[in-house]
Amino acid sequence: MEKDIILKATNISKQYRLGQVGTGTLSHDINRWWHKIRGKEDPYLKIGEVNDRSTKGTSDYVWALQDINFEVERGEVLGIIGKNGAGKSTLLKILSKVTAPTTGSIKSRGRIASLLEVGTGFNGEMTGRENIYLNGAILGMTKKEISSKLDEIIEFSGCERYIDTPVKRYSSGMTVRLAFAVAAFLEPEILVVDEVLAVGDAEFQKKAIGKMQDISRGEGRTVLFVSHNMAAVKSLCTKGLVLINGTVAMGGTVEKAVNYYLSQDSESMNRKVFSKEYDKKEFILHEISLNPIGKSSEEPLDEFQEIEINVLLTLKDDIKKLHLTLVLNNDFGEALFTFSHSNNDLRLSKGVNKIKCKFPKGFLNIGTYFLSLYMIENAKSSLFVEKDIMSFAIQEGERPLGSWMGKEPGFIKPNFDWSIEVN
Amino acid sequence: MDSKSTNDWLFEITPKNNFFSLNLREIWQYRDLLLLFVKRDIITVYKQTVLGPLWYLIQPLFTSITFTIIFNNVAGINTGTVPPFLFNLAGITVWNYFTSCLNGTSDTFKANANIFGKVYFPRIITPLSVVISNLIKFGIQFFIFLFFYVFYYFQGATLNLNGWIVLFPILILIMGVLGLGLGMLISSMVTKYRDFSNLVSFGIQLLMYLSAVMYPMELIKEKIPKFGWIVAYNPLAYIIETSRFMLLGVGSVSILGLLYTSIVTLAVFFVGLLIFNKTEKNFIDTV
Repeated sequence: MEKDIILKATNISKQYRLGQVGTGTLSHDINRWWHKIRGKEDPYLKIGEVNDRSTKGTSDYVWALQDINFEVERGEVLGIIGKNGAGKSTLLKILSKVTAPTTGSIKSRGRIASLLEVGTGFNGEMTGRENIYLNGAILGMTKKEISSKLDEIIEFSGCERYIDTPVKRYSSGMTVRLAFAVAAFLEPEILVVDEVLAVGDAEFQKKAIGKMQDISRGEGRTVLFVSHNMAAVKSLCTKGLVLINGTVAMGGTVEKAVNYYLSQDSESMNRKVFSKEYDKKEFILHEISLNPIGKSSEEPLDEFQEIEINVLLTLKDDIKKLHLTLVLNNDFGEALFTFSHSNNDLRLSKGVNKIKCKFPKGFLNIGTYFLSLYMIENAKSSLFVEKDIMSFAIQEGERPLGSWMGKEPGFIKPNFDWSIEVN
Repeated sequence: MDSKSTNDWLFEITPKNNFFSLNLREIWQYRDLLLLFVKRDIITVYKQTVLGPLWYLIQPLFTSITFTIIFNNVAGINTGTVPPFLFNLAGITVWNYFTSCLNGTSDTFKANANIFGKVYFPRIITPLSVVISNLIKFGIQFFIFLFFYVFYYFQGATLNLNGWIVLFPILILIMGVLGLGLGMLISSMVTKYRDFSNLVSFGIQLLMYLSAVMYPMELIKEKIPKFGWIVAYNPLAYIIETSRFMLLGVGSVSILGLLYTSIVTLAVFFVGLLIFNKTEKNFIDTV
C-alpha cells in the first residue's frame, strides 16, 4: 500500500544540561570549543543518561529524548502520550522549531503550526482585535488572510462584546478562547496541539474538540495532539505514540497505545495475589482482581465497561454463615457502598471458592477507588477486616465525538429505569 | 515507500544550520508580523500615559538643556557659530537612535524568551522591528530638532545647511545597522551569560563620551592629543560629526572616516548575524 508520509522523524535526540549556568558551564563551553577546533567530537555528548526524573543521576547531562523515530501520514491524528517529563513537550518544541534537536532530523512535507499553550504573544495593552492580528501573524498568517477570517474568528471565540477591550481585562478563559480561535483558523498542513483542553469550560472544550475534528477529518489535515486526557486522546486520535523516559515505548493504534500507557501505571494494578499474608485460621485469601468482562485483568478498566470483581479464597472448614463483604471507598477514604453475596443467598463452602461480582455496565465513574474486605460471621461479628486491601482506577472511555471530555460529578452512574410520558 | 518520500520534502529540521543564512524569503513571508511588531512597539509605549507620545520629545529636550548648561556654560566648550543648544540637540537626536536600537535589540532573546519558547518565526524579525520602530521615534525627535532649527534660523543664527544633507538618510541607515549588528551580537551572548547585559548598560554611557556627542571632534584632538585617537577609532563619532556637518554646517566630513565606519558597520552586522543565527536554534535551552 502506498503511504503518504507527511512527517518523518529519524533518530531525534535532545540533550539538556542540568543545574545552573555559572563558571562550570563556562569551562565546559571552553572545553567543547577546544575539542571542536581540533575537529574532535563534543566530549559531553557521550555522557548523558536516561532521563528519569525521580532518581538522582551521576551526570550533569540528560537525554530528554533519545532516538525517536516515527512517521505520520497525511490526515492522521497522532496522540502523543506519556507521564510528566517523558519528553512530550520537548518533542513538540523540536517539531515546532522552537529548539533544535541535538542529533537527528525531521523532514516535513507541510507547514507546521503549533498551538503550544495558547495565548503566547498576546499583548495585554492591545485590544482583542489587535491581538488577533498580532497572534495570527506570529503563527504565520498574513494580514490579508486574517482580515478575511476576522469575523469567523471573533464569532468562534465568543468574545464579540470584548473585542475592542484590551486583553489584560479578559478572564483567563476568554484569553484562551480568543487564542484558540485564532489558531483554529490557521491553515497549516500539520497542526501541533498541546493541552488546550486543560482550560476552558465544557462548552468550549466541545467546540475545540469539534474544530480539531473538522481540521483532521473534514479538511484532511494532520494533527499532533498531546494530552493527559485519555478520553480526548481516544476519541480524537487515530494513532498513538507512547513516550517513556524520552524513548518511544510503543506506537500503534490509539487503543493499543492508550492501553499500553495505562497498564504502565502502577496505580492501576488490577490484580493482587497474596502468598502468605492472609493465611488465617479459618481461610486463606489468594487473590483479588478486577477485569472488564471477557478480558484479562491486565486490561485497563474504563467507565463504560461491565466490570467484574474476582476473589479467590480457600475455606478451611465449613463455617456456616460466613460471608464475604466488600466496601468500595473513594480516594478520600469515604465509603461509597457496601456489597456482599449474602444478599443473594449465596454461601461459601469448604475448599476453593471463586467469588465473582459483576457491576452493571458503566456503573463506576472515572477515578481511583479502594476496596476494603470483611469476613463476617453470623451477620454480626467480623472475623477478619482489611481496609484498602487493593486499589484500582477507572479510566476515561471513548466518548462520542464532539461531546464533553471532562469528568461528571459523582462516583457511580447507576442506570435507573426512566420513563417519559408525553401527553 | 513510494518515490515521493525521497525527494520533495518541504523542509528539514536538523541540529545545525548555515552560518550566514539570512533567509530573506522567509522574512518577506513574515513582513506583516514585522509591521505588527512595529505597530505594537509604538502603540504600547504611550498607552495609559497622560503625555503619550510627548515623552518622545521630553527626553532629548531636557538632555540638551542639561548638556548646554554643563558642557557649554560651565565647561565652556565652544560650538562655533551654532547655538550650543542646537548643537547638542543634533548630537543627542542621532545618538539616541543608536542607543535605543542597541538597548532594544541587545535583550532580544531574554525579553522574548516566553514567546520564542512557544512559537517559531524568524527570530530576526524582533530586532528588525526594534530598529524600525525606533526609526519612527527618531523621526518624531528629528521633527522637534527641525522646529528649533527654524526657530534659531529666524533668530538670526548662521546655519549652513549644505548639499551633503541628501546623504543624511544613509548615515541614519548605517547607524541603525550598526545598532542592530551590535545588538544581535550582545543579545546572543546575554542568553547564556548575563554579564553582558550589565556591560551594555554602563558601556553605552561611557561610549557616549567617546562619540563626540557634546563636543566637536576637532576639539578632543586638540585638547588631549594623546587620547584623541580613541575617538578617531570610534565609528560612531564619525556618524555624529558628519550628521552635524550635514545639518548645521559645523565640523568636517572625513571620507576616510566614513569609509572606515561603513566597513566596521558591515563587519559588526555580519558577525552579529552569524552569532545570532547560531544562537537562535538552541537559546531556549540556556536562556
